[in-house]
Amino acid sequence: MPTAQTLFDKLWAQHVVASDKDGDLIAIDRIMLHERTGGVALKSLNEAGYTVQSPARVFAIMDHVVSFKTDRGRDDSRAPGGDVFITQTRAMANGAGIRLIDTDDARQGIVHVVAPELGIALPGLSIVCPDSHTCSLGALGALAWGIGSSEAEHAMVTGTLRMKRPPQMRIRVSGALQSGVTAKDLVLHLIARYGAAGGQRSAIEFSGEVVEAMDIEARLTLCNLAVEFSAFTAIIAPDETLLAGLRGKPFAPGENDWAAATDKWSELKTDVDARFDHEIELDASNVRPTVSWGTSPEHSGPIDQPIPADGDPRALAYMGLAPGDRLTELYIQGAFIGSCTNGRLSDLRAAAAILRGSKVAPGVRAVCVPGSQAVRRAAEAEGIDEVFKAAGFEWGAPGCAMCFYAGGETFAPGARVISSTNRNFEGRQGPGVRTHLASPATVAASAIAGRIACAGQGNT
Amino acid sequence: MMQDNIDTDQIIPSREMKTVGRTGLADGLFAGWRYKTTTDRTPDPAFVLNQREYSGTSILVAGENFGCGSSREHAVWALAEYGIRAIIAPSFGAIFQGNCPRNGIAPIVLAGEDVTWLAAQLPGDVSIDLPTQTVSCADHQFRFELDGFAKRLLIEGLDPIALTLKSATQIAAYQAADCEQRPWLYID
Ligand code: SF4
Repeated sequence: MPTAQTLFDKLWAQHVVASDKDGDLIAIDRIMLHERTGGVALKSLNEAGYTVQSPARVFAIMDHVVSFKTDRGRDDSRAPGGDVFITQTRAMANGAGIRLIDTDDARQGIVHVVAPELGIALPGLSIVCPDSHTCSLGALGALAWGIGSSEAEHAMVTGTLRMKRPPQMRIRVSGALQSGVTAKDLVLHLIARYGAAGGQRSAIEFSGEVVEAMDIEARLTLCNLAVEFSAFTAIIAPDETLLAGLRGKPFAPGENDWAAATDKWSELKTDVDARFDHEIELDASNVRPTVSWGTSPEHSGPIDQPIPADGDPRALAYMGLAPGDRLTELYIQGAFIGSCTNGRLSDLRAAAAILRGSKVAPGVRAVCVPGSQAVRRAAEAEGIDEVFKAAGFEWGAPGCAMCFYAGGETFAPGARVISSTNRNFEGRQGPGVRTHLASPATVAASAIAGRIACAGQGNT
Repeated sequence: MMQDNIDTDQIIPSREMKTVGRTGLADGLFAGWRYKTTTDRTPDPAFVLNQREYSGTSILVAGENFGCGSSREHAVWALAEYGIRAIIAPSFGAIFQGNCPRNGIAPIVLAGEDVTWLAAQLPGDVSIDLPTQTVSCADHQFRFELDGFAKRLLIEGLDPIALTLKSATQIAAYQAADCEQRPWLYID
């Protein structure tokens, strides 16, 4: 009997090229770049006289600083001077012969949204990107993690990375999410409960009946916040739900390879007796809609609970709050729906269901930016854009948009913003801007109420 | 800088990443805290690196999870350009920690109470010896762990790409065998 292996053990073993006392040389199957950190990797690789080993397996996608105006031009950026990142990344991507998904490409969008849409991310692949939320793609049973620019260069030139094997954690989620409670609420709850360092650098496998019942978009949301939990990455075993969605995607295995591929993917699961370094059991049944109140995702709690007495004073000072304050009594000036966390079709549908027939409260600037052109097209085909616009939301062109501040237009200093994104750090959405993380449904309900509000109980 | 969770957005705000390059970033280091306003760049005297006894330091002593958040290597480039050679903290953001030794910065993990003790001795002399993996301050010495590869990057200053390319034959053999097993992966 071979020893029982975890899903992670299997993914890792598949990719070991060589080992020495300092770690393993791991083969990299897909490399993704964006204009904010990828251009610089291509540039210094060039300057060092290196070339990209397998350009066909490297994808550059424009997302971070592209303008989110619907009539944007090819080089328009939302950041002052951002056009340089777009034009230089384009030039270097073309020079290196890698695949480029440009600002005006029908496939464009946020790299972590586009990768699953196009089948760039697949079960069993090792995928890296100089972007911390690459961990999202573990939702597809891939080994995907964020790296630095120097490592991206290393991966492009050698097809490998030098790695130390991370510890492993399993998080089993049992019970059932209550109606109106989403993967976003669940993962904020997890981080609040175990702390922003709770993931202990581990490769985390999410499993259990709640995860199995989730659609792929919800799984992507769950894995997206793994890095906010200090995980190395997150993974979810591939299942029928996943495979059904992958078939026929442009970069997925073709019909000739499909049977062999799915055969191999069916091995990608944790054996019954496999051991983890850490285990967490989470009951989803008592998770409430969850909203952050501070400047780390760990500063989160149920929407209807007062801010804890021992809440971090520095965070509370930045947020203009005090222990005992109630989230649902806080007036907001901004609402944002989008990002690689919650910018997919199901997120927009959930928000639209709440917005239909309602208006954004006076004094609230509300913005929705679909995560990709494919999401935008699908939403527009369903008339979702009209629902948003009728409610008083701005409807933007795909990209990271207001998820992070890159200079340029944003909310006013001190503005309180409810946001479907993943980071509420000081200044993340602009100097002095106070970000509250929440699910798209909570953002929509809050935009209507003009203060933080729970969907379904908008007036509580 | 003893607060926890200082993220890379604080180390180098995104708006300070003005060019597609690794240089010209030191000026934007901790820009949100270092300057009174984002535009006129008057130093804020309350910020630690603006205080005379700390200016020109090459070692930072920090709280938990330093360098968490965005993967931007610009945070490390900005610190290196400013002159930081080592950061001592109870823990680091993983990507940040991996980026450090590739850019001449030693990320040194000590127990929380040791970091707190060190911070209490400041301003004062702290020295770090990489070969023996020790931090010294006053008559105290603390040993730290540093993985072998990071140590070689820091001490020998080796180019990791050149090193890996020495295994090119092994990599090619892996890819050839893998292509038999998983042909769908090798798109062209
Ligand atoms: S949407 Fe936000 S978190 Fe996601 S990749 Fe873009 S900037 Fe990063």
